[in-house]
Parts: sequence; structure tokens; C-alpha cells
Amino acid sequence: MSVIVFSLLSGLVFGLGLIVSGMANPAKVLGFLDLAGHWDPSLAFVMAGAIAVGVVAFVVARRRTVSFLRQEMRVPTDRHIDRRLVGGSVLFGIGWGIAGFCPGPGLVALGMGEVKAAVFVLAMLAGMSAFELLERRSAKLQAA
Amino acid sequence: MSIDWYAFSPGSALAGGVFIGIAAAMFVLLNGRIAGISGILGGLLQPVRGDAAWRLAFILGLVAAPAAFLLAGPLPKAQIDAGWGTLVVAGLLVGVGTRYGSGCTSGHGVCGLSQLSPRSLAATAAFMGAGFLTVFVVRHLLGI
Repeated sequence: MSVIVFSLLSGLVFGLGLIVSGMANPAKVLGFLDLAGHWDPSLAFVMAGAIAVGVVAFVVARRRTVSFLRQEMRVPTDRHIDRRLVGGSVLFGIGWGIAGFCPGPGLVALGMGEVKAAVFVLAMLAGMSAFELLERRSAKLQAA
Repeated sequence: MSIDWYAFSPGSALAGGVFIGIAAAMFVLLNGRIAGISGILGGLLQPVRGDAAWRLAFILGLVAAPAAFLLAGPLPKAQIDAGWGTLVVAGLLVGVGTRYGSGCTSGHGVCGLSQLSPRSLAATAAFMGAGFLTVFVVRHLLGI
């Protein structure tokens, strides 16, 4: 039960961070991605603030096999860089660049009651579903 | 390049970033998981018994963040300039791309970089690079 409560709390604090930092606003994100225009470096400061805290947390997390709530520690250790990783990330970056939304801010803006954010989130879910279908198909083909 | 000093908000960006870092820290230390939003959301589309509740709780927290923020003061507005068609294409690309790339700005950009993961470094370079290039093409070559 406490796992569910802390999931909710983590999502809430994450969302508050996106609002406070201005990153729930696509116009501000695009201001960061527009290097050749009037550049707004704010997003880099958001990353710096988050990573400064994250570094300490992950040093602790990596030394443990179970979390403080006795959950299995599921921290990825894969170091392999492949075409899926880079190709997928490039597609994501193009989508991010045309509208200024990545998954978190899309969900937060949905919570602001923005209809446009709802359209983005629905399309994102459709994209994720397409991925699932393609993965299942290729798993079937490999099994056959 | 010229810096948009009017939009640039280092203080609130850093403060919001620290919130995001705290959320990621709390999530990994208590629940043993990476606060990667695309992974948490995408995992809902491959239903595994007993695996959906914490995912839904995290997403609910994100969506509820604007309502919680309202308790402290007026909510900053999200400015979404993209048209409907653009939002659909953006959502599809972000959905497919983040799943193939195994993460987005939160999972790779915050949690991965906090661990100096080479995979996340490659993914972040790929989506940021693609984002910069996309905005350059859209704003400065196509002039949209």
C-alpha cells in the first residue's frame, strides 16, 4: 500500500517541479530548443537542479539490492548503445521539437484542463500502443 | 545566438529542478524504480498482474499536480502554439520514439544522467540534438 502512496506522491512532486520550473509550458521548452533564435537556457538549469539531487540518490540506490520499502531495486545497468536507442530517441526529439511537449509536461498540462494537451496525450498513447503491437508481432515472428 | 533575458528564469528553473530531483530520489529510494514517465505510462499498455496500480498512481499524481499547485497560488498558463494536426503527429512520434528509445527527458535526461549512464547520455544527446535541429528547421528554414 505504501508503494502506491509514494508513487502518487512522487508523481505529484514531479509534476509540481515541472510547473515551478516552467517546463509544463511548451512555449518555454521551445525557447530552450531554439538555439538560433532568442535562446532561453532555463531548461538546462532544471536539469542541473534535478541531477544535483539525483546523483546523491542514485549513489545510495546503487549500493542497495532492496529499497527502503523493501522493494526490489530495479535500476537499469545496461550500457549498450544500439540503433533502437538512438533511432527511437531521434524520433522522440523530432516530436518534442514540433510541439514542445514531452511525456511529463503533456500529462501535467492535461491536468491544467488544456484540451490541446489531451489531444497530445491521446496521440502519444496511440504511438505507445503501436509500439506494443509491433513488438508483439516481431516476438511472434521470432518464435515461429 | 542571443539570450532571451526576459524569458530566462534561472531561479525558478533550478528550484523546479530540485523538486523533480527529489521526486526521482524518493521514487528510487522508496519504490526501487526509475521515475521515467514514458516507461511508467507505456507499461500500462502491457498489463502485468499487480503492476498497474503504482503506475496509475504516479500518473494520477502528475495530472493532479496543477490542482495541488492552485492551493499555493495562481497557476501559470501553458502556452500551446502547435495546431491540432501538429499535436497529433508530435504525440505519435513521442509515443513511438520514447518506447523504442527506452525513455524520455525524465528517465534518460534526469535519472540516467544522474548515474552517468552511457546509454542515457547517448539517448539524451540524440533527442536534444533532434529537438534543436527540428526547431531550427521549423522556425528558421520553414519560418513557421
